[in-house]
Amino acid sequence: MVTGSVTPYRSGQRDGRDGFAQLLHSEWTKFHTVRGWMLGMAAAALMLVLVALLAGISSDQRGAPAVPTGPGGEPVTDNFYFVHQPLTGDGSITVSVSGLDSSVPEGLGELRPGVVPWAKAGLIVKESTREGSPYAAIMVTGSHGVRMQDGYLNDRAGPVSAAAVRWLRLERSGDAITGYASADGKDWTRVGTVHLELGPTAQGGLFVASPQSVEGMGTTASVSTATFGDLRLQGGWTGRNWAGEQVGGESPSFAGYPPPAAGSFTRSSGTFTVTGAGDIAPAVRYSLPTAGTLGNILTGTFAGLIAVVVVAALFITTEYRKKLILVTLTASPKRGRVLLAKAIVLGAVTFVAGLAGAVVAIQLGERLARSNGVYLFPVTSSTELRVALGTAALLAAASVLALSVGAIFRTSAGAVTTVIAAIVLPYLLVANPFMPADAARLLTRVTPAAAFAVQQTLVQYPQVENPYTPYNDYYPLAPWAGLAVLAGYAVASLAIAAVVLRRRDA
Amino acid sequence: MSTALHAEWTKLRTVASPLWLLLGMIAATVALSAGATSVVTCAAAGCGGDVTRYSLIGVELGQALVAILAVLVISSEYSSGMIRTTLTAVPRRTTVFAAKAITVTGVVAVAGTIAVLASLLVGRFILPRQGFTASHGHPVLSLADGLTLRATAGSILYLTLIALLSLGIAVVVRDSATSIGVILGLLYLPPILAQVIGNPHWQHLLQRLAPMSAGLTIQATTNLNSLPICPWAGLGATAAWSAAALTSGVVVLRTRDA
Repeated sequence: MVTGSVTPYRSGQRDGRDGFAQLLHSEWTKFHTVRGWMLGMAAAALMLVLVALLAGISSDQRGAPAVPTGPGGEPVTDNFYFVHQPLTGDGSITVSVSGLDSSVPEGLGELRPGVVPWAKAGLIVKESTREGSPYAAIMVTGSHGVRMQDGYLNDRAGPVSAAAVRWLRLERSGDAITGYASADGKDWTRVGTVHLELGPTAQGGLFVASPQSVEGMGTTASVSTATFGDLRLQGGWTGRNWAGEQVGGESPSFAGYPPPAAGSFTRSSGTFTVTGAGDIAPAVRYSLPTAGTLGNILTGTFAGLIAVVVVAALFITTEYRKKLILVTLTASPKRGRVLLAKAIVLGAVTFVAGLAGAVVAIQLGERLARSNGVYLFPVTSSTELRVALGTAALLAAASVLALSVGAIFRTSAGAVTTVIAAIVLPYLLVANPFMPADAARLLTRVTPAAAFAVQQTLVQYPQVENPYTPYNDYYPLAPWAGLAVLAGYAVASLAIAAVVLRRRDA
Repeated sequence: MSTALHAEWTKLRTVASPLWLLLGMIAATVALSAGATSVVTCAAAGCGGDVTRYSLIGVELGQALVAILAVLVISSEYSSGMIRTTLTAVPRRTTVFAAKAITVTGVVAVAGTIAVLASLLVGRFILPRQGFTASHGHPVLSLADGLTLRATAGSILYLTLIALLSLGIAVVVRDSATSIGVILGLLYLPPILAQVIGNPHWQHLLQRLAPMSAGLTIQATTNLNSLPICPWAGLGATAAWSAAALTSGVVVLRTRDA
C-alpha cells in the first residue's frame, strides 16, 4: 500500500496571543457589554451628584449673618469682652492677673464653677473692634499657662509660673508687638515678637474670653471672670477712659453667655474685674455648626459605594453562576492573572466613574451651597483635587475589595453584604451621638471606613477645644493614610482570593 | 397550604446556608452589642444614656444577615431555575409566596429572639462594669421593666419585618446582589443622608419615614419625647414598608412570567 505523505491541517488563522493586554481587553469586553453593570457604574456617579443636589437645595441660610474671616481669609471666632481705648504710636501696657475663674451651666439658668482649659484673660492690641481684624495678645489661660497668640492661628507657650499673680506686658514698636511675662513684675521674660499691620492708632486693653468646653460628647457654653490690677500705660501711650464692649456679640460663631451671665467690667481703686465669653481662635466645627464641608457635599459616596459594590461582586460571581469561569480559566489558565486583570479593569472603570461623579458633585454642591447662603469651610484647589481623586480612589478600592470577597465567597449576596457592612456600618456606628470619642477614633482607624478620612478638609488645632471626632468630620488618620487602610484590605483580600482561586476547583 | 409550607420548610432545612446565616446573625448581633456596651462609660450619677438601646444595637448589624437569608430564599430559586419546579408543583403563586414568608418569618423570629435576648444578657453583664449601676441611676436591665420589654419584643418584631421587606424586594428584583444592595441602601443610607439635609422639616420627615431609623425607635427607653416618631408608630412605618414590598412582590409574582 502506497501511502502519500499527509500534510497536517493548519488553520489559516494567526496564533492567538495570551499576553496580559489581551486579558485586560477580554475583561473589559465582558464588563462593558453587560448593560446593567455599565448602568450600575453610571448610577454610582449619579448618586454622588444627586445627594450633593439634595444637600444643596435642602439648605437655606440666606440672610444669616456673615461668618467672620481672619487676615488669611480663614473663618475665625473673634468674640470676647474687651476693655479698651485707642492707643496711638508706640508704647507698652502692663497688667497683673490675680485670678481667672470659669463657670459652666448646670440646669436652666444656674451656673457652677468649672474648668475651662482655654479660658483666656490678658492684654490685646487689635487693629479695631471689628471681628476678624489683626491682633496680638498675651494671656493667662485656664490650664495652659501663659500664651502669646496672634493672627488667630498662631500660638506660643510662655513660661508657666506657679505664682497666683502673673504679670503680662505688650509693647508696640512700629509694626512689631512683643509680649512679656513675669512672675513678680520685676524679672520679665520675652515670650515672642510678631509683626502686624495695625495702622497708627490701634485699640488696646484688657480682654477675657471663655470658649465652649467639651463635656462628654458635646460642648457647653462657659463664662469666665478675671481680676486685673496694676494696669499701666507707658512709653508713648497715655491713659484715657476705658470702655467695655463685647466684640462679635451677634456673630454666628458666638454661642452667647450661659444665662444669667453677661459680659461686663467693673473698676474699683485700680482693680478691674472683667467677665467675658467667646474665643479668639480659628473656627472649628462646633463654633460654626451650620457651615458645610466638602465631605458633607460628597455624602452620596455611601450611596455610590453600594452600587459599586453590587456591580463589583456581580463581575465575578456571575462568572460562577453562568459557568463562564470555566471558559475564562480554560482560555487563560494562569488564574492569578485573570483575577488581576479583572481587578484592574474594574478599578479603572470605578475610578473614572467616581471621579466624574465627585467632580460634578463638588462643583454643583459648592455652587448651590453658596447661592443658598450656606458657608463652606474654605479649601485650597489642591485640597479639592485631593478630595475628588481620593473619593474616586475610595470607590475603586471598595470595588476591588468586593471583587475579591466575591471571588472568595462565589455568591454575591454574602459578598455584597460583607463589604457594605464593613465600610458603611462603622460609619453608622460612629455617627451615633452616644459613641465615645475613643471608640469612634478606633473604628475609623482600623476598619475600612477609615478611608473616609480622604474627604476631610477640617484642621485640628491644639489651642482649640472641640470634640475632634469622625462624626464632626475630624478623622484620626491623615487623608491618604485613611485611604491606605481600605487599599490594604483590598490588596490583602485580592491576594487571598488569588490563592483560593488557584487551589480550588473552579 | 400545609403542603406548600412543608415544602418550603424542607427547602430551608436541608440546605446548609440558612442555618449558618441564622447562627451568624445571632453571633453578629451579640458581638456588636458586646462591643458597643464595652466602650460606653458612665462616670458619675446622672450620666445620660439608654442602656437598653446600647444592649440592642447589634440589631443594626444582625438585620443585614436576616436580609441575606430572605433574599437567598427567593433569588436562589431564580438563579438555579428551581422556581419553575416550585410553581409547577404549587401553581397558586400567592400560596407559594405566603408559605415562603411564613417559614422565613418563623425562623427569623426564633433566631431573632435568641439574638435579642442574648444581647440583653450581655448588656446586663457588661454595663454595670462600665459604671451603669443603680447608684448612677441605671438599674439592672430586666424584662420586668415595661420599656425594656417593649424594646426587646419590638426588636424581634423589627427583625421579622426586615425579613418580610427583603422577601418582597427580592421577588421584584430577582437578582441577589442587586436585591441586597437595594435593601441595605434602604436601611443604611437614610440615617447618613439625614445628616446633610439642611432643612429640619425634611430631615425630620426622612427620620420618620425611613425603615431603619423609624423602626428602631422601638428600642428607646429614655428621652422618649425627643424621638423623631413615637416607638410603635415607628415600627408601624417599618411594617408599612414591609407590607408595600410584600404587596409588590405578590403582584409581580402573579403577573410576571417566572
